[in-house]
Amino acid sequence: MKNGTTRRGLLKAGLVGGAGLAVGRVHAQVAPDPAITELQPWQQYLGPGVDAAPYGVPSPFESHVVRRNVPWLTADSVSSVNFTPLHELEGIITPNGLCFERHHGGVAEIDPGMHRLMINGLVDNPLVFTMEDLMRFPRENRTYFLECAANTGMEWRGAQLNGVQFTHGMIHNVVYTGIPLRLLLEEAGVRTNGTWILPEGADASGMTRSIPMEKALDDCLVAFAMNGERLRPEQGYPIRLVVPGWEGNMWVKWLRRIEVGDQPWHHREETSKYTDLLENGQARRFTWEMDAKSVITNPSPQAPITHGPGPTVISGVAWSGRGSIPRVDVTLDGGVNWVQARMSGPSFDKSMHRFYHEFDWDGRPLLLQSRAHDSTGYVQPTKDQLREVRGENSIYHNNSIQTWFVDENGQAENVEVG
Amino acid sequence: MNKVALSASALLMGIAVTAIAQETPAPSLDGGYGLGRTALPEEIAAWDIDVRPDGLGLPVGSGDVWTGEELFVDYCSACHGDFGEAVGRWPVLAGGFGTLEGEDPVKTIGSYWPYLSTVWDYVHRAMPYGSAQSLDDDQVYAIVAYLLYLNEVVEDDFTLSNENFTDVVMPNQDGFFPDDRAEVEFPLFIQDPCMTDCAESVEITMRAAVLDVTPDTAEDDGAAEQPTAVVEEAAAEASGPDPELLAAGQDVFRRCSTCHQIGEGAVNRAGPVLNGIYMATAGTREGFRYSSVMSDAGAGGLVWNDENLSAYLADPRGFLSGNRMAFQGLRSDEEIAAVIAYIRATGAE
Repeated sequence: MKNGTTRRGLLKAGLVGGAGLAVGRVHAQVAPDPAITELQPWQQYLGPGVDAAPYGVPSPFESHVVRRNVPWLTADSVSSVNFTPLHELEGIITPNGLCFERHHGGVAEIDPGMHRLMINGLVDNPLVFTMEDLMRFPRENRTYFLECAANTGMEWRGAQLNGVQFTHGMIHNVVYTGIPLRLLLEEAGVRTNGTWILPEGADASGMTRSIPMEKALDDCLVAFAMNGERLRPEQGYPIRLVVPGWEGNMWVKWLRRIEVGDQPWHHREETSKYTDLLENGQARRFTWEMDAKSVITNPSPQAPITHGPGPTVISGVAWSGRGSIPRVDVTLDGGVNWVQARMSGPSFDKSMHRFYHEFDWDGRPLLLQSRAHDSTGYVQPTKDQLREVRGENSIYHNNSIQTWFVDENGQAENVEVG
Repeated sequence: MNKVALSASALLMGIAVTAIAQETPAPSLDGGYGLGRTALPEEIAAWDIDVRPDGLGLPVGSGDVWTGEELFVDYCSACHGDFGEAVGRWPVLAGGFGTLEGEDPVKTIGSYWPYLSTVWDYVHRAMPYGSAQSLDDDQVYAIVAYLLYLNEVVEDDFTLSNENFTDVVMPNQDGFFPDDRAEVEFPLFIQDPCMTDCAESVEITMRAAVLDVTPDTAEDDGAAEQPTAVVEEAAAEASGPDPELLAAGQDVFRRCSTCHQIGEGAVNRAGPVLNGIYMATAGTREGFRYSSVMSDAGAGGLVWNDENLSAYLADPRGFLSGNRMAFQGLRSDEEIAAVIAYIRATGAE
């Protein structure tokens, strides 16, 4: 692997002893292991005290676990995206510092004491809230995935980026604490002709999106915390909109205003962007819901199999903007034969799910795929099925089945099969 | 099949149990919680700047194509090119007609955007990039008029105003339809999938490694860490300038960094690299496309000493009319002194 960490080097070294043995313990130790027989510094010397890191950070041996950017994708890092390292994560929760970032005018650095939320438009009483006001409303805790509509958007025409972080990393899954938007709208009193809202960000791009009132009153939150702590600046501190199951661009960060209106605004991010151009030159608009999707995170190009044949764990994630994921299928042969994966961990609506498939690898090359089924019965389509309907120009909403080719050495590559 | 059904129902029970713990909604209160305060009309006016296709939200004003061209060259062309053709990967704003059905669609204001109000709203709320909401309403009308002209929607004698705004029809207004996935795709994808012997053979048809466009992770790390390291080094220099002044300058420089890079590894972007700019001759950074007035000023002997830099940063347009730097200028002498100190320290060659 490219970044060749010490940990991986050690794993690779272990492979030599194990290769070729089909049964029993695969490692026959020839000489005593110095990790056991030699006194290690941490066994002998005292470590740092309790306040060495008032805000804790991961082990230095995990320093390769970071968000990464694809510089050629965009003109400038202030209007760009980086990617969640899915191949390094476990369970269903994304740590706050690893949640992918997408900004349109850089990260707004906001003093919460100077932040206001305004509700205006078709309401009986236009209102202004301070952060202190907002903290007096009842709150809810909900776990939701946020996926950028452009996630996997570089793969429409074929296998392009060689790593699950880059093909699928525009997603994170977080426990939000927030105020139901319904309560704030009730406070202002939405008039009967108020059928749409326009949330607006306080950043230098003044992000806006039109959202139908039905969704706003259903399950949207004005969130101030993620995974138990205040939002990170890059995720909208001090408040962001949570629009469960719908494309990430609508989850307006640094939320400063909500206008109520009687028709959509057709702003930049819902016309020139986030519309899905089909082969006939016509474009779908208001494609809000994220279709069911899954991907195998391990092995994958950034996380090859380093242990050789024998017991092997396939791990992956699945999610749907329309409900939960009761089932994921996995194939080792590019889709000829499938088996049901084992689901593990909490299953919430519109949240990420974790699946595993354990098998005894015989060392032959693999063509790995996963296929999500959501609670509505929708089954994740193949790339060809999706291209049949949408062509190759739609950029957004590519939820097709991903294939990894794993060679006899365990190296993995992003491929397409036919 | 029984086994599958059993595990599925067990799973559903699991969801139901979790749901009970999670799903008690935050209660509404009759008459509301009485929190917040009434928004004043002036406050709503300050923030409610959005514009809709039917013209709701448009302020009174007007601007013509020629005024728009001058403004566009000054404020927009550094990223979008003089004619909306774009520099680097910044958005192309004009042309692209007839490409939407092709292999490489060019989605511009003329070829793709359905409504003119979107252009007005976006230019007004978010442009010029890095100096949002600095244009007055007539300037926005003029720039939008020029964008219509570049896209062959109007002639060069056109003046756009709130009066004639909704008469303008964009070429691709009818190019959009509502999400129809439920009708078109659900019948195809809501089906029991094949589990065994689903294909006779499977071949690899394309490989990402052949393309080789994935970022090299090791190099990425270096590039990402460099600017911070340089700043820290500069700030840590004991014999150098006042650290507080440098910190203030670094803060001011954030406004410059939309277009300018400085320090090790800096490259030309919308603006030239600023390494070694102090005491350099104007308009001479290699590989950067300057305005003719900037190149001429350099040829005429303009050097970026304290006096000239200060005057330029205070009023870029006033100092050198027709140059391309889309920046309003720094208001205070303190900010100017700080940012010059920062540029000198960080960009020393």
